[in-house]
Amino acid sequence: MFLAMRELWFARSRFGLMGSVVALISVLMVLLSGLSSGLVEDGVSGLQRLPVDGFAFDEETEVGSAFSRSLVDEEQAQQWSDRPDVEEAALFGNLLVNARSDKDVPVDLALFGVEEDSFLAPEAAEGEGLGKDDGLVVSQSAIEEGIAIGDVLSVERLGTELEVVGALEDKHTYGHVDVAYLPLHTWQEIYSGAQPGQEVGPEAYTVATAVALRAASDTEIDHAAGDSAAQTMSLTLEESFAASPGYSAETSTLNLIQAFLYAISALVIGAFFTVWTIQRKHELAVLRAMGASTGYLMRDGLAQALAILVVFCGLGLGVGIGVGSLITGTGMPFLLETSAITTAAVLLIVLGLLGALAAIVRISSVDPLTALGGRR
Amino acid sequence: MTITAGSDSKTHGKNTSGLVLEGVTLRLGDGDSTVTALDDVNLTVAPGELVAVVGPSGAGKSSLLAVAGALTAPDTGTVRVNEHELTGLSKRAQARFRRENIGFVFQSGNLLAALTAVDQLRMAAHIAGGREQRDPRELLQAVGMGDKANRRPHQLSGGERQRVGIARALMLKPSVLLVDEPTAALDRKRSHEVVRLLAEETEQANVATMMVTHDHDVLEYCDRTLEMMDGRLSN
Ligand SMILES: Nc1ncnc2c1ncn2[C@@H]1O[C@H](COP(=O)(O)OP(=O)(O)OP(=O)(O)O)[C@@H](O)[C@H]1O
Ligand SMILES: [Mg+2]
Repeated sequence: MFLAMRELWFARSRFGLMGSVVALISVLMVLLSGLSSGLVEDGVSGLQRLPVDGFAFDEETEVGSAFSRSLVDEEQAQQWSDRPDVEEAALFGNLLVNARSDKDVPVDLALFGVEEDSFLAPEAAEGEGLGKDDGLVVSQSAIEEGIAIGDVLSVERLGTELEVVGALEDKHTYGHVDVAYLPLHTWQEIYSGAQPGQEVGPEAYTVATAVALRAASDTEIDHAAGDSAAQTMSLTLEESFAASPGYSAETSTLNLIQAFLYAISALVIGAFFTVWTIQRKHELAVLRAMGASTGYLMRDGLAQALAILVVFCGLGLGVGIGVGSLITGTGMPFLLETSAITTAAVLLIVLGLLGALAAIVRISSVDPLTALGGRR
Repeated sequence: MTITAGSDSKTHGKNTSGLVLEGVTLRLGDGDSTVTALDDVNLTVAPGELVAVVGPSGAGKSSLLAVAGALTAPDTGTVRVNEHELTGLSKRAQARFRRENIGFVFQSGNLLAALTAVDQLRMAAHIAGGREQRDPRELLQAVGMGDKANRRPHQLSGGERQRVGIARALMLKPSVLLVDEPTAALDRKRSHEVVRLLAEETEQANVATMMVTHDHDVLEYCDRTLEMMDGRLSN
């Protein structure tokens, strides 16, 4: 560290230049991580907040469109709830609709149809819970967007009228749309396309999008066995996120960009330390002739890289978090998560150190003999 | 203070402290194009003695320094410093031996660009685990650089750099001081000053000093001058 710190000061403009690249990448990393968390939150927070371990869809459906295409019935739900590894199973309806409030506010809603006495029934933080046939319990974010308890929403095209009776504590969204819970039989009527007052056949009251599953405590659900018994295609809760509209495309694009940034950051540091080590080759030869061990010189070099990385990553994270907190609350899907930012910081530093290490191992091949004679 | 050759040098005793080379041969190059850089070299440098080695380019002077300084192991023969056998040491042990027993003064100083004069000296101590054998500021004072202790190499003249280089080499009280063309980049006046300083320090620190030089002007300060020719050493 003796030499490392003095070199940092001596060549501060060069190190500063490289460091600012690292800092800018860190800023970008925070913003991307915020965007990524925000999009996940916006896409599947309604699913994340369900007390559910998995979903069973119709066996014919594909993962990407499972929530919009699948249709299961009571019998399949019964099959699942009979299994010993399943604590509870209940029908779950999921339908995206456009609606308009009596104050003429347009809203897009994800209608979650659940039985009022099932484990899926939401707890209202304001107003009442599910009970009334046409009662809706909406996400807190819908309240923020101008929907109030007591408003009557009419579903477009059908004209079905629903009354907001309660609001949930948190933001519950699905596919970037606010979630509204309603009784399953009302959901089934809307799903069947029946207009108000129209007769609905009895079979319409037996179906839903999926069977929501909750595992018996301390066990994992045996998906394969359950699927073959109930003729379903079941997914864990995390797997089912991919069935949310746009979720896979958004997350994979952002993950790709982040992976590229990690690689760029490691390469920038690797390239810098390669040039730096080559520039110092003669000095390194002199040090080795003086008896410095390879380990001593490598430790010194890595300490230098670590100091640069920690200082400039820290700086970048600080700026990123500052900018991020300005973005939060502007309506853009953006969420600063401590765990995601910590992971990004640790990855940037560890990968940067690996990049530096790849350059610094050259030290071991510097021949102390070259210290004799003039500069070559 | 003479070259001990042949059977004389095999007798161990007080007169073998310092640097001793016996029957040292070094071949360089690979396969069909090998060069005998050192050919049966016998040499003793006693503590407090300054020995100059002169000779034409390619004669093997740098090779002699490399072998004496535990940078290169000879093919045959033995190298001893204060009765310590250098031949057969591992790379790691060679490095350890260098930092504990050998001081190098390189051509044009070869100081580290980032460090002030006093830090150059501290660096030598730091490499060896931090034990400062001599006070770095006092040592700089002794080589006439006391008032420039906080300057970096680019703020020093060639002669001044060489003085700092000499001080750095003496920092850990080495038994052997190996000096590689110290006056190559200096004018006449500075050359004399630097070699005079080397002679003084050799005596004061009681170190066995071997200096390679092209500069016949400065030989007057040396106790002995040896000539190297095609890998062979002679008076
Ligand atoms: N790495 C090497 N591989 C092969 N031959 C070498 C190598 N280094 C030096 N030699 C040869 O060994 C001989 C001695 O070289 P050395 O560098 O010791 O000479 P020198 O006396 O220091 O010359 P100069 O005054 O030019 O520095 C020369 O013939 C040189 O060509
Ligand atoms: Mg040479």
